Amino acid sequence: MELICPAGTPASLEAAVEAGADAVYCGFRDETNARNFPGLNFSRDELRKGIAFAHRHGVKVLVAINTFARAGAFGLWQAAIDDAAAAGADALILADLATLDYAARRHPGQRLHVSVQAGAANPDAIRFYVENFGVRRIVLPRVLSVMEIASIVRESACETEVFVFGGLCVMEEGRCSLSSYATGQSPNMNGVCSPASHVAYAERDGRVVSTLGGFTINSFGKDEPAGYPTLCKGRFTTPKGSGYIFEEPVSLDAALMLPALRDAGVTAFKIEGRQRGRAYIAGVVRSFRNILAAIDEGRSAPPAGLAAMTEGQMSTVGAYRKGWR
Amino acid sequence: MSDPQMTELPVTPPALPPWLARAMAPLPLAPLQPALALMLDRIGRTHPDLYGRLGEHAEKCFGIDPTDLPFAFVLEPKPLRPRARAVRNLPAGLDACIRGPLAGLVGMAEGTLDGDALFFSRVLWVEGDVAAVLALRNAIDDARIDFGTVIFGSLGPLGQRLADALRRQLQSLPVTSSGGRTWS
Ligand code: SF4
Repeated sequence: MELICPAGTPASLEAAVEAGADAVYCGFRDETNARNFPGLNFSRDELRKGIAFAHRHGVKVLVAINTFARAGAFGLWQAAIDDAAAAGADALILADLATLDYAARRHPGQRLHVSVQAGAANPDAIRFYVENFGVRRIVLPRVLSVMEIASIVRESACETEVFVFGGLCVMEEGRCSLSSYATGQSPNMNGVCSPASHVAYAERDGRVVSTLGGFTINSFGKDEPAGYPTLCKGRFTTPKGSGYIFEEPVSLDAALMLPALRDAGVTAFKIEGRQRGRAYIAGVVRSFRNILAAIDEGRSAPPAGLAAMTEGQMSTVGAYRKGWR
Repeated sequence: MSDPQMTELPVTPPALPPWLARAMAPLPLAPLQPALALMLDRIGRTHPDLYGRLGEHAEKCFGIDPTDLPFAFVLEPKPLRPRARAVRNLPAGLDACIRGPLAGLVGMAEGTLDGDALFFSRVLWVEGDVAAVLALRNAIDDARIDFGTVIFGSLGPLGQRLADALRRQLQSLPVTSSGGRTWS
């Protein structure tokens, strides 16, 4: 079982490698990747050096070029694919059909993974990517139960990777328009959900109020845990009352599901959080490395102990166990 | 749908002992200014990549408010003329402001604490230009600066005591935390 870890900066990449990652994923400092946040990501030179560092330690680097190309600007995505391949990336993580087609033709030897952003959630979709572009791995959307994953794995001719910790996107991946409705920018096209440039916090009546693109989306009492300022985690008023109607501020923590996911035939476990700091990367990667080692040796897994890292100080096993059904 | 049983509090950096803030309150700020200038100069020379990450936000004016100290800092990272100064109260007209206990601010800057986790637990708070704050946070996280030593090492014996107190606080924090609510 591989442990796939996030890195938003070269320092985080080194932290992930040192904490026990099998592979690190990262992206360029532009709109070609789905974590296009201020101050984050890699220049071409940083990527080359990061890959060299990781390879010296026997760790792979996967480059996420997983936004959907803007009409008339495909050159930016082509250049990202060419440069990542030239830098020695072990795999490219792609979502857009045009980028998959380009990468498969231009770099036939390059390992390709399908990003979670593509929302490939059934064997037919996966077969399409395998047959047309020769992809070797699918990152499954966070909407599937363990049983559904097991049946997809049985019917698919490529590896699967699933998220086990970090931020949750409640919409089917790659298809959410909440951020573009409020700000004109979306994770799918611009690489950023709820861009920081459109977020504001203000104090009102003893509560901190968060707004996105001018819409009030939440307010927090003095000691109430907070979440990311995304619309899906806003509180809304409806005829039936006020509260979280899409999802509460909560993080995925599937540490307890790792044995079941392994038995389902999953190849790799992924940690979300390229936007997080080195402390998160080192802490979460080390914790999951210890759990995986315990599972491998047949010992009972130590607790992940990552409550402080979670959004809203709350965790869930998400769709892996669909208890609401 | 939330599980109502709430449990332990998450890891939060403690505030500095009040005696330290009281001891510092009457001190003049003037001697701090050359030390801050020296610090910025040193950081700028040893971590030039920091400006690449800050991009356009290097021109912004940041307020940094350690809520357990009797003074705050104004930071203008501008590549050609970086400035940092200590002030009794933050002035109006800042682009952005970050507030929190000194141990939280230094822990985040040094990479021992995660900024988002501090935000989720309401230890740190930001006002103003959130994009500028994120850029600054990410640039500093990547630079791996030993802030405790750089800032306080040049402030004489009191600065040294402050650095030692901070170091003890940060080292006493557990790396992981339990508790938190679960939701299913
Ligand atoms: S608004 Fe929520 S569900 Fe939609 S893309 Fe952003 S994080 Fe995902």
